[in-house]
Amino acid sequence: MKELKIFGIVVVFTLVLYWGVEPFAHSEMHKHVEYQNLKYNDLKPVAVKGDAAKGEALAAACVGCHSIEAKNMPAPMDALMSAQTYGVNPPDLSLAGALLDEKFFIHFLLNPAEVTKSKHFAMPPSAGSEQDAADIVAYFKSIEPKEVSPKASFAFACGRCHADRYDKWTQLGDVPKTKSNIKTGVDLDAIAFTSKLGQYQNKLADYMGKLPPDLSIIIRARSEHFLKTFIEDPQSQLPGTAMPRIGLNNEGMEKVMAYLEKTGDPSKPKREALGPWVLLFFFIFTILAYLWKKSMWKGHH
Amino acid sequence: MAHFEKAKDLHDWMNQRLAVDTLKRVLQTEYWIPKNINFLWAMGMVLAATFGILLISGIFLLMYYQPNTQLAFDSVNYTIMSEVGYGWLWRHIHGVGASVVFLIIYIHMFTGIYYGSYKKGRELIWLSGMLLFVAFSAEAFSGYMLPWGQMSYWAGMVITNLFSGGSLHADALVEWIRGDYVPGQAFLGRFFMLHVLLIPLAIIGLIVLHFGTLRIPHVNNQDGEEFDFDEAAELYKAGKVKESKVIPFSPVFLSKDVFVMGIYFIFFFYLVFYHFEFAMDPVNFDPADGLKTPTHIYPEWYFLWSYEILRPFSTNVGLIAFAIAQVIFFTLPFLDRSPNVAPASRRGLFKYWFWALLIDMIILTFMGKLPPQGIWSTVGLVAALTFMGLWIALPFITAKEKKL
Repeated sequence: MKELKIFGIVVVFTLVLYWGVEPFAHSEMHKHVEYQNLKYNDLKPVAVKGDAAKGEALAAACVGCHSIEAKNMPAPMDALMSAQTYGVNPPDLSLAGALLDEKFFIHFLLNPAEVTKSKHFAMPPSAGSEQDAADIVAYFKSIEPKEVSPKASFAFACGRCHADRYDKWTQLGDVPKTKSNIKTGVDLDAIAFTSKLGQYQNKLADYMGKLPPDLSIIIRARSEHFLKTFIEDPQSQLPGTAMPRIGLNNEGMEKVMAYLEKTGDPSKPKREALGPWVLLFFFIFTILAYLWKKSMWKGHH
Repeated sequence: MAHFEKAKDLHDWMNQRLAVDTLKRVLQTEYWIPKNINFLWAMGMVLAATFGILLISGIFLLMYYQPNTQLAFDSVNYTIMSEVGYGWLWRHIHGVGASVVFLIIYIHMFTGIYYGSYKKGRELIWLSGMLLFVAFSAEAFSGYMLPWGQMSYWAGMVITNLFSGGSLHADALVEWIRGDYVPGQAFLGRFFMLHVLLIPLAIIGLIVLHFGTLRIPHVNNQDGEEFDFDEAAELYKAGKVKESKVIPFSPVFLSKDVFVMGIYFIFFFYLVFYHFEFAMDPVNFDPADGLKTPTHIYPEWYFLWSYEILRPFSTNVGLIAFAIAQVIFFTLPFLDRSPNVAPASRRGLFKYWFWALLIDMIILTFMGKLPPQGIWSTVGLVAALTFMGLWIALPFITAKEKKL
């Protein structure tokens, strides 16, 4: 069949073209970083076993800066004042046990700046010994909730530096629902929030060097592989970046990625649901068209 | 005024006023197409269908798009992608369609080159087709500006900079085109107008012209055979469809077109649902930022070959080479000195010229995307020089061609 041969040539040239401008070009343009499955191999294994009860007593020191809402312990300062004091708002620790890798967490308490690979990390070393650190981690693991939502994971891991405007998330939390004055259209509460957020962002930009990017559709601007390797170790993809290594465990990574996908690529489930039907339609269309063509060309050759 | 009689039925009523029977005969049932063709002859209708898809999806997107530098990015990426019902589908169709339409244009072009369908009375078909290529390129470029992402902004910056003409330093011209020192609101507004009104109007007009240019010289066939269409048509109308060398456009030719379109649409919608990333560059999902140049700036794949002709040379030489590359295909009917209308495989040296041009343009396309470093720069330079050399050689090798 001459026509099939011609079709084959067209297909081969098209595929070669595709290979050259997509997989090949991208492999040449971006350096390849292997995902380490959150093993944090540069940190040595921890031999000691933590004791949650001892950890609870030690963790009392944490609320000097942090809140632990799961235990109804508020932070001493609000987010803006914390940022003015430390440069960034310290996270609520309710989910720390659930989302952070245990080994990473222990080493982190001993030496935050080194473990996060962030030169001017605000938190000072906060455990006297490996045993103390393991006890504190055991305590936070003991208070972890059964189910952590993707949004709560994002808020804990990313949301104090990064906004996600497509989910109305700011570095100060959800954009509050406010009402404008019906006579003037002025919404003083919204203005006050914008002002507070602006002050926070200015402080944050001073602390990080620039305002960290909004992550609304980062899932489409970077590949999933890039994001996972970047979160695992920011320095591996962007040497010198101010972003700290945050030490997520597998659950944390999965939840954060799920959130980013939900806000950045919300049509994915709809695409997957509709796609097969549209293709089925065109399969049937093509079969009918072929039968029509056959009947039309009858007797022509 | 013509004389009108009381109509027997609606058909008669229409016929008296619009000559629908005559129109149908002239445009469809007695518009004769050669029988000796393959599926590549369906690419014209595939292109028309793709243009239709782009037009319809574009109309839906136009209802929600905001041509404002502050709002454009989110109107595309948030409003259309998550708030508008099926907005994501229209956008993916539009994005994939804009890319795939060029694949089909290139197949259509190279089919014409291979079978010599630009020669001996068919020059205007080729020239109007090339005008369509230019109009589609302008349409694609202006559309690429609209989401106002990083690649929109920086591609707009780079391409408008070309108009400074290298050493001519025509910076005032660049500012005039942009309406500002850098791409901004005036720039976005202008490209929005071009994309949704002026260029589509030009494209529709050119499509009509392109169809018109086919009428007298007729569509070429697989062997470049010249025959009497009137005679063949009479034979067909006499019922000798097997002996006749022609078929009517509708329904016989169209039935095959629709079948080819079916296969094409399976491919097209597979891309729309499962493989759209190639047509929607990740870099453009970062909002435009005039203070942050992306690491790699490259055009969409269909412009890469001409971009690579610009790149390996010094500024002035590159611009001249680029300008030549943009118009050189227009000269094909005049640079080809051979009287033969035949597939390239039967045309001696031209056969090698055809495949060399195709492969060279694919290499240029590859190099156009890669960072211009090391070996890639050299390969790009050689490929760009080869492209020039091929066009210089064309009149000589075709003049020597033996008459078939």
